Amino acid sequence: MLKLHYNLEKISMGLVGAIIVVASIGGLVEIAPLFTIDETVEIPDDLRPHTPLELAGREIYIREGCYACHSQMVRSLADEIDRYGPYSLAGESAWDRPMLWGSKRTGPDLARVGGKYSDAWHVAHLVDPRQVIPVSIMPAYPWLMRPLGTELVERNLATLAGLGVPYDQDMIDNALVDARAQSQPDSDATSDLIARYGDDIAVRAFDGNPRQLTEMDAVVAYLQSIGTLTDAAKTILSQEDGS
Amino acid sequence: MTDTLTLEERRIALCLSVALAFLGLIMAAAAQRGVMALHGGMAIAVGLALAFIVGGSMYSNIEPGRDRLTHYYDAPIKFGIIMTLVWAVVGMGVGVWLAALMFWPEATPLWPATSYGRLRPVHTSGVIFGFGGNALIATSFYVLQRTTRARLAGAISPWFVLIGYNLFCLWAATGYLMGSTQSKEYAEPEWYADIWLVVVWLTYFTLYIRTLMRRVEPHIYVANWYYLAFILVVAILHIVNNIAIPVSWTHAESFPVWAGVQDAMIQWWYGHNAVAFFLTAGFLGMLYYFLPVRAQRPIWSYRLSILSFWGIVFFYMWAGSHHLHYTALPYWVQTLGMTFSVMLLVPSWASAGNAIATLNGAWHKVRDDATLRFMFVAAVFYGLSTFEGSFLAIRPVNSLSHYTDWTVGHVHSGTLGWVAMIVFGAIYTLVPKLSGREHMAWPQAVEWHFWLAIAGTLIYVVSLWNAGITQGLMWRAYDENGALSYSFIETVEAMLPYYAARTLGGALFLAGAILCALNCRVTMRTAAERVDATDRPLALQPAE
Repeated sequence: MLKLHYNLEKISMGLVGAIIVVASIGGLVEIAPLFTIDETVEIPDDLRPHTPLELAGREIYIREGCYACHSQMVRSLADEIDRYGPYSLAGESAWDRPMLWGSKRTGPDLARVGGKYSDAWHVAHLVDPRQVIPVSIMPAYPWLMRPLGTELVERNLATLAGLGVPYDQDMIDNALVDARAQSQPDSDATSDLIARYGDDIAVRAFDGNPRQLTEMDAVVAYLQSIGTLTDAAKTILSQEDGS
Repeated sequence: MTDTLTLEERRIALCLSVALAFLGLIMAAAAQRGVMALHGGMAIAVGLALAFIVGGSMYSNIEPGRDRLTHYYDAPIKFGIIMTLVWAVVGMGVGVWLAALMFWPEATPLWPATSYGRLRPVHTSGVIFGFGGNALIATSFYVLQRTTRARLAGAISPWFVLIGYNLFCLWAATGYLMGSTQSKEYAEPEWYADIWLVVVWLTYFTLYIRTLMRRVEPHIYVANWYYLAFILVVAILHIVNNIAIPVSWTHAESFPVWAGVQDAMIQWWYGHNAVAFFLTAGFLGMLYYFLPVRAQRPIWSYRLSILSFWGIVFFYMWAGSHHLHYTALPYWVQTLGMTFSVMLLVPSWASAGNAIATLNGAWHKVRDDATLRFMFVAAVFYGLSTFEGSFLAIRPVNSLSHYTDWTVGHVHSGTLGWVAMIVFGAIYTLVPKLSGREHMAWPQAVEWHFWLAIAGTLIYVVSLWNAGITQGLMWRAYDENGALSYSFIETVEAMLPYYAARTLGGALFLAGAILCALNCRVTMRTAAERVDATDRPLALQPAE
């Protein structure tokens, strides 16, 4: 062995080749099967993609770096299930690009936050967290009350559709209309929106003002959707508890 | 910077500078507004500034003689060291500010660019890529030339690598402030910056391997194995993790091709091996050169060097999945990651032990020379944090530590205690040499820096150990009725004293880094003429 290395370290390209081969093995063994073993990700039948407004909110969540302090991954540990809710399934984030599982909980996990608080609570909390929770150390995001930039709404859907997220042409073409409709419960377009994305989606004036589409609308719509795209996690946990 | 270039090379450099400005113009014109247009503008500014510097030198300066080939090419290294120190102060300064915001959130200015979530990647990228990356590239050029006894195989490409790399770092940091991020930790820059880094990196690899091929020594010294592994594997990781589809060619936004659980696995395969090959392999290369040189002792064991090198290259690549214990990642991948993480202790401790045993017979120097003491402490912290890393990768331990500040403490014991310490040791060895002096301008300040760095690291790491273990235990505590004992916000309140202490630790460390930057500035400005006659290339250079 030593003799082999004694010779190898005299050949620069030999060393280069050996490093590439030796370093590639681990990744190949661990990552390639994740794409070929079907049980890795079982996509639930009732899984829906994010609506255009929720997707816009998700992009703001990424832009502001929320993922640095909030995970979206309930581990299969008793205290986490008691604190947050059913543990997370791979299928729930099957269409998430990028995934936002996170790595640090300076604030609580958000995988089950959808429906946990009212819209008004979220708005007040985002504008000034210490108004709602006096000892909170979360930064304030007052600028979210500005109008939502809608330039990329359609393109975002089209790009994701190209990567395999089930957005059809109808959804892409109407992305902007749908984004507005979701925060205007009284508008005529809401019925089309519900026809496209199902009646489980929340259609409300999330920031309290139906006349203006703000970044707050998008962020709160996204937060309220987290963990509600499928019932699979709830169903599996109740089956396990039952058996 | 142009003194060592021939007229012909200056012409090529001028063309490249204009090409960079043109590239920036295309970016800015295509994007028209937003972050990509601003980054195009930065490329124009850098390109034009370089064009003026190089263009001006075409008329005013005399060409270097043939004797330039009898010296090593050290001018780009000096620039790399300066950028290392600039990024150290910026990256660590932002880090201390962020640490303060964690117990003083009201201090956040109410405009988006200075929000915690946007500044946080400025800190991580600033210290990892800005400080660490510049240190790695600069020292690799130095070590490569000395251990091959050949001059760098290019006059312009070292400058291209360093300036191009710093443009990437600048794009990254300013992009985050404007909200441009892929959200992949330690791989946040958007697609065009990622492509630019690939171009820079390929140039770096080509330069490295061409110089290596010119070597006079038949054997490639162990430091170069590590630098090579750093260059090659970082390229693989960067490309695979960053494959993304831009929403359009004129916008910064993009979506990664990987989704969900596969994205998580690839991200942490990348993330953990950024630790392995950026923050470990490259710095081990630094250790294997500067520690024996400073101690004037040969590496203790050649066999152990071989064992630890291939152990690190092989085992590390399996370990990333320990970031995903108890998650939706398949159980078998988690178990593999845990197993290899524990096995990693063997090559890691072999490296640390080899370094420390090298100091046998030179312990009086460790006592008297703060520079060598930096390197000794780096090796000790390397051993400690790799032990901690293997420990934290064990599934039940991880159930307590994951998501808490214990992880952050662990990372900083590695980055402050090991990575930064070895960089400072290398800088204090290099800077006097590059300035033609025997010592730093303020030798006593090196001693001060050492104790500031040690105190800062210990305060930081110990306070976050306490924070992480406390919070982990509070999260899982049940009362006698079987209900959770603490609400989440109660566990946050319990962190505040530790967050204050860690800010103090960080501030001490930052103070040391600032002292180092000032010391280096004075040393470089009072450069002398001391020449080491043996410090020259032996390789015959091809006619240039």
